Amino acid sequence: MTTTQMHGIATTEKLGSRRRRPIDKGTSALAVAAMSVLAFLYVPIATLMVFSFNDNPVTRLPLTGFTLDWYHKALTNPDLMTALWNSVIVGLAAVAICLAIGIPTAFALDRYDFPGKTAFRRLVILPITLPGLITGVSMLVFFRAAGVDLSLWTVIVGHGTALTAIVVTNVFARLQRFDRRIEEASADLGAKPWQTFLFVTLPNIKSALIGSSLIAFTLSFDEIPVTFFLTGRDNTLPMYIWSVIRRGITPEINAIGTIIVAVSIVLILVSVFMMYQENQKGSTR
Amino acid sequence: MNHARRHKLGFWVLFSAPMLWWIIVLLVPYLIMLSISFYSRQFPFHVPDFQFGNYLILLQDSQYWTVLLRSVKVSILVSLAAFAMGYPLAYFLAFKVQSERLRLFLYVATIVPLWVSYLLRAYTWKTILGSEGILNSFLMWVGILDEPSTLFLYNEFAMVVTMAYIFTPFMVMPIYASLEKIPRSLIEASKDLGAARFSTFWRITLPLTMPGVLAGFTFTFGLSVGDFVSPLLVGGPYSNMISNVIATQFGMAMNWPLGAALGVVMLFIVLGVITASDKLERAGRLNLG
Repeated sequence: MTTTQMHGIATTEKLGSRRRRPIDKGTSALAVAAMSVLAFLYVPIATLMVFSFNDNPVTRLPLTGFTLDWYHKALTNPDLMTALWNSVIVGLAAVAICLAIGIPTAFALDRYDFPGKTAFRRLVILPITLPGLITGVSMLVFFRAAGVDLSLWTVIVGHGTALTAIVVTNVFARLQRFDRRIEEASADLGAKPWQTFLFVTLPNIKSALIGSSLIAFTLSFDEIPVTFFLTGRDNTLPMYIWSVIRRGITPEINAIGTIIVAVSIVLILVSVFMMYQENQKGSTR
Repeated sequence: MNHARRHKLGFWVLFSAPMLWWIIVLLVPYLIMLSISFYSRQFPFHVPDFQFGNYLILLQDSQYWTVLLRSVKVSILVSLAAFAMGYPLAYFLAFKVQSERLRLFLYVATIVPLWVSYLLRAYTWKTILGSEGILNSFLMWVGILDEPSTLFLYNEFAMVVTMAYIFTPFMVMPIYASLEKIPRSLIEASKDLGAARFSTFWRITLPLTMPGVLAGFTFTFGLSVGDFVSPLLVGGPYSNMISNVIATQFGMAMNWPLGAALGVVMLFIVLGVITASDKLERAGRLNLG
């Protein structure tokens, strides 16, 4: 006990003295490398944003002038707006499936032993382990075999299937850390099982549910490999963008892309903030 | 006994519906795809059968080998490039950034690009690398090039750049997680015992982060092998990947049995890589004791 304490003190002292040392060459080289990588990650995004305001229909340097035209064109393009709306519907419906299937699955994996559990767990996470292409193709042959016509419905089922694993893994991880004794306490105090679930268990896994729902929605909103094979005549936003950019490049796409980036960043900030608060709660407890 | 039975009953009441869902929409489709890979092709579509003809075609026709090898090569290059970029970034974040808040900010900044439309991230490279594109117009503007170069786009180089760009965050995340888990006292001990910085990194830090590195390689490899969108956008006509061939067989070519056989091959490649990296990680763990 005392030796570890002393060791701890020795380490902090050493760290303290090290911190005061001027930054050496190796560290600054590393810093430059790390920051260049980070910059590289933002080059295309910055390009997208800058050229969404440039008034040249060709994406090339030098910049010619500022315009909001592309935004106006994008927002008044009926095909694009329909596709956007379809994507929102598909995303919401897919999240509903993810929650309806994912929550019970996570509970089953956390709390019950049943024959074939290991195989079942592997099966459930297959859609996020395997390329989306495989899931898309196999669901296509499935729907064809079942005689189902392709539509937004098949896309919704496809997204739900492909993304439920995200809810399962997140909720499962939370349940593993969850202290079951507070459920027992709730039962001992006379709560019925559904009351315990609703008022004790659910609030404790709330942030995992919200977090994984946000991730699932964003992924659905951006999904191509599964959608590509399952969509009928209705386009989702990525499929619409796909059809446009295969024909050529228009700054309108840059404008809608910039809007998506802005909305995503707001969503990310919200979820990071929530995670941060959750951690604060965890550390004060 | 009674309690156990109720436990069991509760299980089936609560979970039979979700289980059934998984079986119908996930297991059954995979199995149908597997069985179609044994069907034979017959105009205009295909007929149920059990024969290995589709797999034989893949073995005998050299064009499939070319595509398969290209897919594997490009995916390995993408993983290596993502590793070369991702490791320094993860290392810097985990070990060199002192402020907790700054670290959280930089980490989030690293994964934010993942949330930006995948399609647009791939497509932007087309606008950057194209002959009318930003890189060319920039190089001409500053006077390095006299006329636009077509060397940047529509080849394997463009695919590697684009996919490495897209998948680097998937390399950073697991490596960062494993770097964070290393007790600082180990690094201190190595330094106290006189090891040079490089030797500490090579003999302590890097081996301890192997699980993260392996996970990163598995992610990026699997994602690259399965990606058929980036190759179509920036790869050009001579850089078909196995993923493109599969998409074509289920689309215009309408040869489902062959496409399904290719899908099964891809499935085994990906599962093989996952299993191999699992085994490697376990072996590494034993070595470290």
